[in-house]
Amino acid sequence: MAREASPSRKIVTTAVAWAIGLAIFFPVLWTILTSFKTEAEAIASPPSFLLFDWTLENYAEVQERSNYLRHFWNSVVISIGSTLLGLVVGVPAAWAMAFAPSKNTKGVLMWMLSTKMLPPVGVLVPIYLLFRDGGLLDTRIGLVMVLLLVNLPIIIWMLYTYFKEIPADILEAARMDGAMLRAEILYVLTPMALPGIASTMLLNVILAWNEAFWTLNLTAAKAAPLTAFIASYSSPEGLFYAKLSAASTMAIAPILVLGWFSQKQLVRGLTFGAVK
Amino acid sequence: MLLRSCIAVVSAFALSAVAAQAETITIATVNNGDMIRMQKLTDDFTAKNPGIELEWVTLEENVLRQRVTTDIATKGGQYDVMTIGTYEVPIWGKQGWLVSLDDLGADYDIDDLLPAIRGGLTIDGSLYAAPFYGESSMVMYRTDLIEKAGLEMPDAPTWEFIADAARKMTDKDNEVYGICLRGKAGWGENMAFLTATSNSFGAKWFDMDWRPQFDQAPWKETLSFYIDLMNDAGPPGASSNGFNENLSLFQSGKCGMWIDATVAASFVTNPDDSSVADKVGFALAPDTGLGKRGNWLWAWSLAIPAGTQKAEAAKKFVAWATSKEYLALVASKEGWANVPPGTRTSLYENPEYAKVPFAKMTLDSINAADPTQPTVDPVPYVGVQFVAIPEFQGLGTAVGQQFSAALAGTVTVDQALQNAQQLTEREMRKGGYLK
Repeated sequence: MAREASPSRKIVTTAVAWAIGLAIFFPVLWTILTSFKTEAEAIASPPSFLLFDWTLENYAEVQERSNYLRHFWNSVVISIGSTLLGLVVGVPAAWAMAFAPSKNTKGVLMWMLSTKMLPPVGVLVPIYLLFRDGGLLDTRIGLVMVLLLVNLPIIIWMLYTYFKEIPADILEAARMDGAMLRAEILYVLTPMALPGIASTMLLNVILAWNEAFWTLNLTAAKAAPLTAFIASYSSPEGLFYAKLSAASTMAIAPILVLGWFSQKQLVRGLTFGAVK
Repeated sequence: MLLRSCIAVVSAFALSAVAAQAETITIATVNNGDMIRMQKLTDDFTAKNPGIELEWVTLEENVLRQRVTTDIATKGGQYDVMTIGTYEVPIWGKQGWLVSLDDLGADYDIDDLLPAIRGGLTIDGSLYAAPFYGESSMVMYRTDLIEKAGLEMPDAPTWEFIADAARKMTDKDNEVYGICLRGKAGWGENMAFLTATSNSFGAKWFDMDWRPQFDQAPWKETLSFYIDLMNDAGPPGASSNGFNENLSLFQSGKCGMWIDATVAASFVTNPDDSSVADKVGFALAPDTGLGKRGNWLWAWSLAIPAGTQKAEAAKKFVAWATSKEYLALVASKEGWANVPPGTRTSLYENPEYAKVPFAKMTLDSINAADPTQPTVDPVPYVGVQFVAIPEFQGLGTAVGQQFSAALAGTVTVDQALQNAQQLTEREMRKGGYLK
């Protein structure tokens, strides 16, 4: 039987947890605060924490200079599109590996993961040439494809881990009742693995949303998502910290809100199978 | 008959649709004040050129450099106009990657471009990029602090004077540091400053046989001087300071002097952002009497990649953005102090512009730099604060890391120079410059 923690111990643990949480969140908080300062206040030393003249001028300027909605919409299409397509490919692949493994399955899984070990810049030129010849440069469909390929190993690995937790006997019982493969995956496996699929989806939307190498290198004006929007406010010659912070806040806000609302699902999915 | 007239109507309609469809040119540019201002003023261009629409891609300088290099090297054709610097133009022009800009129109007045700037953008007599703004580096100093130190800043100071003044102006208890200089590693960061400084000490990157020169006395003198000075009179943590960090220190009154880009002059004298706006003086970058000053030369320029299908429209835009009329347009909307500096002789002959406090010193600084003869001894390369070879980006950053480490105190000056010599030799041998 687990021992009940003493009240003082509870307080200490809570305080430590809050301190760590705040430390991790602090850079984001600071970015948000800086976005409401003037450029002069943004670099003031010592910096002021809350007692400054709050202003919305950075947001107004960012709004005036950039087409936020276009970048935002590109981000939405690219991240959700690549994730959904990834699931369409990933669910059957993970099913095959979890429930009908062959002697090569472990090797295939390892091989897929190994594609993540190469720095992306190593394949930039070949991919760029393929995109150029296929007319895919600066298109959303091109980015959906490349992010699908980039994140597919993670999708398959995560789904594979979740599927492994589901007893094969249940699927066998469904087969005994006459379910065909499609029905087995759609009506038996998927509902049982829903938390796992949901967290895979959320994590991949977040990864695709934040992906900044391919989205910057394969786009120009039309398909550029929010990562390019942030990059347009960074400057090595000139102080634009407040505007950069405003742009960053606008770029991370949607995904932060999504994460906030789905955190229960996310945590549940990520710790799924951790305790046996 | 009916069919024929139908076809005629349809084809006439189709033709007019094609004609009415505007040509869109995509412009890649960096995020700094002058470029952002240009974006805001493009209504003037589209009003004069109704058939052309503009699409902007603004990126951080290093991201932009990587992005446009990939595109131009693979002939990706994503951009019709690119903002590039004096480092890229000689290399890309020689590769045949850029469209020549000798025909920007009769009223463009190409001879009005400042000779030093034009020289850096010209290959074999042809202009390959039009300068949008030019910059050099100079000394920006606090007039009140130098007076307090009992000194008077000459227009053309020596390094000896600067070192003496910096030490006298330093008051570490009150967080006032005599001099703020770049320390952050990078070919465009500390190495821009140190390479330009080394020119004034008689040092050079390579001799005429492309042999690296870090094992020679002038480099040791340059680096020792810089590190001693920064240890005595520089701010703490200087090895991570770049342009922005020093700008912020200077604007908040913590630097006695700052030697950096001339473009900073408009920031430090702007009372909205700077607490010392009315106490700033300017002087030429220092020398040691060897005939070269420690100032650099850079021009953000507009170039047209050879792969574009819209060269004519792109040329119209480049001509507009770098014309005399554009300078007058900025002056009429935002005042003379905000006009992009350092490209045209006529601007400096304009009595209105002469009233801008840093105008003359900017021009003198630009004229004091010669990218084709940057060093005391002859060298086989072009470039004042860089060496215009493709290997330099990687090389400059690797050497910059060594010098930044020396400033942080993790390696000695001798070790840093020895490492720099070794890695440069290795790279030059790999590149086929050294046999």
